[in-house]
Amino acid sequence: MLRIEKLSFAYGDLRVLWDVDLEVSKGEIVTVVGANGAGKSTMLRNISRLVKPTAGSISFEGEDLQRSEPHDVVGRGIVQVPEGRKIFPELTVIENLRMGSYLPGARKDRDKNMDWVFTLFPRLKEREKQLGGTMSGGEQQMLAIARGLMANPKLLLLDEPSLGLSPLFVKNIFQIIRDINAEGVTILLVEQNVYQSLRIAHRAYVLETGRVVLQGSGENLLKDEHVKKAFLGM
Amino acid sequence: MDVFLQSLISGILLGGVYALIGTGLTLIFGVMRVINFAHGDIQMVGMYLTYLLFVHAGIDPFVSVLITFPLMFLFGGLIQKVFINRVLDALPQNQILLTIGLGLIMSNTAMLIFTSDYKILTTSYSSGSVKLGGISISQPMTISFLITVAVTAALWWFLKKTDTGQAIRATAQDRDAAQLMGINVKRMSIIAFGLGSSLVATAGALIAPTYYIYPQVGAAFTLKAFVITVLGGMGSIVGAALGGIIIGISESMGAAYIGAGWKDVVVFALFLLVLLLKPSGLMGKSNA
Repeated sequence: MLRIEKLSFAYGDLRVLWDVDLEVSKGEIVTVVGANGAGKSTMLRNISRLVKPTAGSISFEGEDLQRSEPHDVVGRGIVQVPEGRKIFPELTVIENLRMGSYLPGARKDRDKNMDWVFTLFPRLKEREKQLGGTMSGGEQQMLAIARGLMANPKLLLLDEPSLGLSPLFVKNIFQIIRDINAEGVTILLVEQNVYQSLRIAHRAYVLETGRVVLQGSGENLLKDEHVKKAFLGM
Repeated sequence: MDVFLQSLISGILLGGVYALIGTGLTLIFGVMRVINFAHGDIQMVGMYLTYLLFVHAGIDPFVSVLITFPLMFLFGGLIQKVFINRVLDALPQNQILLTIGLGLIMSNTAMLIFTSDYKILTTSYSSGSVKLGGISISQPMTISFLITVAVTAALWWFLKKTDTGQAIRATAQDRDAAQLMGINVKRMSIIAFGLGSSLVATAGALIAPTYYIYPQVGAAFTLKAFVITVLGGMGSIVGAALGGIIIGISESMGAAYIGAGWKDVVVFALFLLVLLLKPSGLMGKSNA
């Protein structure tokens, strides 16, 4: 579904990604784990075309994204829930969700998707008139994911959804990601919470200083000595 | 008491037009963080357009708003598409140079076409007024105030209730996140600049019956627009509307109680005072 080949990217002289190869098939949960600064978020920003690759190619459903603008990518069904949530602080919960379904393709399913995300996150229904910026971190994360789902994603890119959440809520978020996947949404998850994300992932990649150093099934990587030592503190 | 009421009412009526000017500037700034130094010159174009429609087609200035508004939307949208969209990621000083340059081209083009003579647009009601007790209320200013209220209400509805309006606000709040929602931020910028131009040109049309029209008229209004929006808080529409009314009232109070020559002094003193007490402006959020 998504194929990244030899992706390289640099911010000016600072090279961040080196020949990254990555693939996501329909229906999968694929996770990319790695330390802070490994280039995970930069990879997602490349996929969403917020930045343009220095070299290499990204294709989705067989079509090269070379010439796509960020809004075209969303139209094709790649939707990113960015790191730090990036809720529109002065729009209400409902207005934030409406913006998720801004494009015509998603707009026609607006009511249906709104019902769906309110079932997934009943809390948002209670807060529907509240301004996004006044909600707690956990609520904002729910809103960010819900807003992404409003766009009818085929592939949902999740950037550090567990960052800054309480331990109890972290478990919750990973269960919700599983539930969303069960509804047929393919997921590319970028996380620092290596243990939880490897547990729910079908396949995983380990990114270190901009290079893919390991890949395999989530289960196998959990048992891998290098992963254990570097990320799980075992 | 009469003097006070008189200048309060004139100030509010004038402030409506200022509010429109400030709203236009703040809308543009909010969406793309570019300060439009050609703002007053766009207003000047709106004034000449109103003048031409009146002299050559006999269209009343207040009616011609219906033509000026959409035409200036296209004008502003085109400026955004051709020029400003190219410098959105450039250094602020380059953006400023670009808008100043565009303003110079507009005012000098107007000078080539119309010469620098002052034009006066006289309607049957230009100096008409209604007496209410001891207070006289200017007829054209009252009509123009009602139009500014209608335009502002329509703008509010558009930004609040429509998908495109919400997308414009979303773009102003977080440009990256807006792109991730599939919002074409370049298009939003075009709409925002178009609307900002329509608003300020409408203000130009509204004051055309009571003001001199000349090619350099824009410079004073650019400065005024800047004071209004900074006073209200950059990027805040409510702030710009409030700032406009406050500037209008302080101008007319200053003129009534101190002297016509002193009204700008009053305005700038108030402006400095507000910035001293609240540097982010009345409705601004401090980024401390």
